[in-house]
Amino acid sequence: MNAVRRLLLQGAGALAASLLAPLAALAAWNKEAFGAKTPADALKSLGVAGAQPSKDLLIEAPQIAENGAVVPIEIESRIPGTTSLTVLVEKNPFPLNSRFTFLEGALPFVKLNVKMGETSEVRVLAQAGGRYYSASQEIKVTIGGCGG
Amino acid sequence: MKLTAAAAAVAVGLIVTPAFAQKSPYADYQRMAAENAPIELYELAGEEAWKQKQGPKNASLEQCDLGQGPGVLKGAYAGLPRYFADADRVMDLETRLVYCMTTLQGRSREDATKRVFGNADKSSEIEVLSAYVAGQSHGMPMRPGTGHPKEQAAYELGRALFYHRAGPWDFSCASCHGEAGKRIRMSELPALNTAKDSQPLMATWPAYRVSTSSFVTLQWRMNDCYRQMRMPEPAFGSEIPVALITYMTVNAQGVVYRGPAIKR
Amino acid sequence: MAGPMKMRATLGQGYTDVRVLMTHPMETGQRKDSSGKLVPAHFIQNITVRRNGKTVVEAETSQAVARNPVFTFRIQGGAKGDRIEVSWVDTQGDTNKTEAAVA
Repeated sequence: MNAVRRLLLQGAGALAASLLAPLAALAAWNKEAFGAKTPADALKSLGVAGAQPSKDLLIEAPQIAENGAVVPIEIESRIPGTTSLTVLVEKNPFPLNSRFTFLEGALPFVKLNVKMGETSEVRVLAQAGGRYYSASQEIKVTIGGCGG
Repeated sequence: MKLTAAAAAVAVGLIVTPAFAQKSPYADYQRMAAENAPIELYELAGEEAWKQKQGPKNASLEQCDLGQGPGVLKGAYAGLPRYFADADRVMDLETRLVYCMTTLQGRSREDATKRVFGNADKSSEIEVLSAYVAGQSHGMPMRPGTGHPKEQAAYELGRALFYHRAGPWDFSCASCHGEAGKRIRMSELPALNTAKDSQPLMATWPAYRVSTSSFVTLQWRMNDCYRQMRMPEPAFGSEIPVALITYMTVNAQGVVYRGPAIKR
Repeated sequence: MAGPMKMRATLGQGYTDVRVLMTHPMETGQRKDSSGKLVPAHFIQNITVRRNGKTVVEAETSQAVARNPVFTFRIQGGAKGDRIEVSWVDTQGDTNKTEAAVA
């Protein structure tokens, strides 16, 4: 508490601002990984190494997205003991999109809408039994015309 | 229950549509985006607005007659546009909602229409009401009014407007929508003067528009088309947009309504 | 002030399907508003799914999740009446949550 006060009084800028942020917002959000500008850096920050391609990691996503603002993706891992799924959109300015941790009772499955800046590989990593597995699919993003 | 049924209905509808979905490279995208769309939130907001007491008469819209009788919502949207004797004119959903706001709630037209088009941060009252009312016609065949002389006149006016070239670019609706198989960049253009192309379109308005993250209606679409053609935007709920909506809905008549839907 | 959130939990084939709709701008911090000013980043960072009070899914999300996010999760087994809760926290410390019984 005193340390925080001191920093605030010293006007320690960004550090103070982050300390001011509610504790809930600080909890479990890998700032370094989400701020990484390349897929390799993001994976490094997450401690992911040696991911093996797996046919049991399924991605269902359109091959062409009419609009990059909303791209629906469905991911399912059939790898036994999967505890997390990580989604990367490789060509996005910040490739790490989201990470899902499945605790007892949850199935390693998620459906979500991602934003894509341009045509890119969407890579998914599954963590199971201390190892990482990967799968990817290219999604093309087109520029539309006008209208609705 | 309704949510999954709605999503399934949209998915089925898109798959069975002859011209568009089969040829379209976007079929998978449209199906998955529809299943993953936040449409229900707008319907819920609309239900709230429908039931909210407002205006000098402190009344809700629950007694509004949308063509099937006061307060009857099921199938009402599928029967629009149509002629209303009490107003002595043809009205589409949005025009009729404004009518009920002024007559049932005692609000001035100015008050009822001060913000007809919303945005991603905040939808307009009419937009959420449209979502709610349209949703109540999901799964029903669209049968706009065609028997009354004024309904026929509205159709004729709509058709004339569809082909009328004006503005600095000498555009008409037909410039983009008058011929099958056209596109702008990668967006396919439906020929709205045909049943084949107008059916999948009219069956899916109003809609959640992905590119603007907002819920949009037909009155908005008419307005925006005029803007895109560099012509003055028609007054909300006036004879012109109602006539065009009538023209396209009658061209599409019989199609099973499967909205509110999702659009690029 | 968080916008409306809606969740539906239904029984599937040996699992509980949880579909949640959230209202959130999910601003990336790279978009410019109509006056040309950059709109600051503002997005959901954490989502928690609980069944009968027990956490089953924890998610870390970024600004690259679409605006007004819609998520579907699956939880093993389950029965009618199970209490499902989904909550989120965003970059401004704003939170929202919704609860539903499995139908």
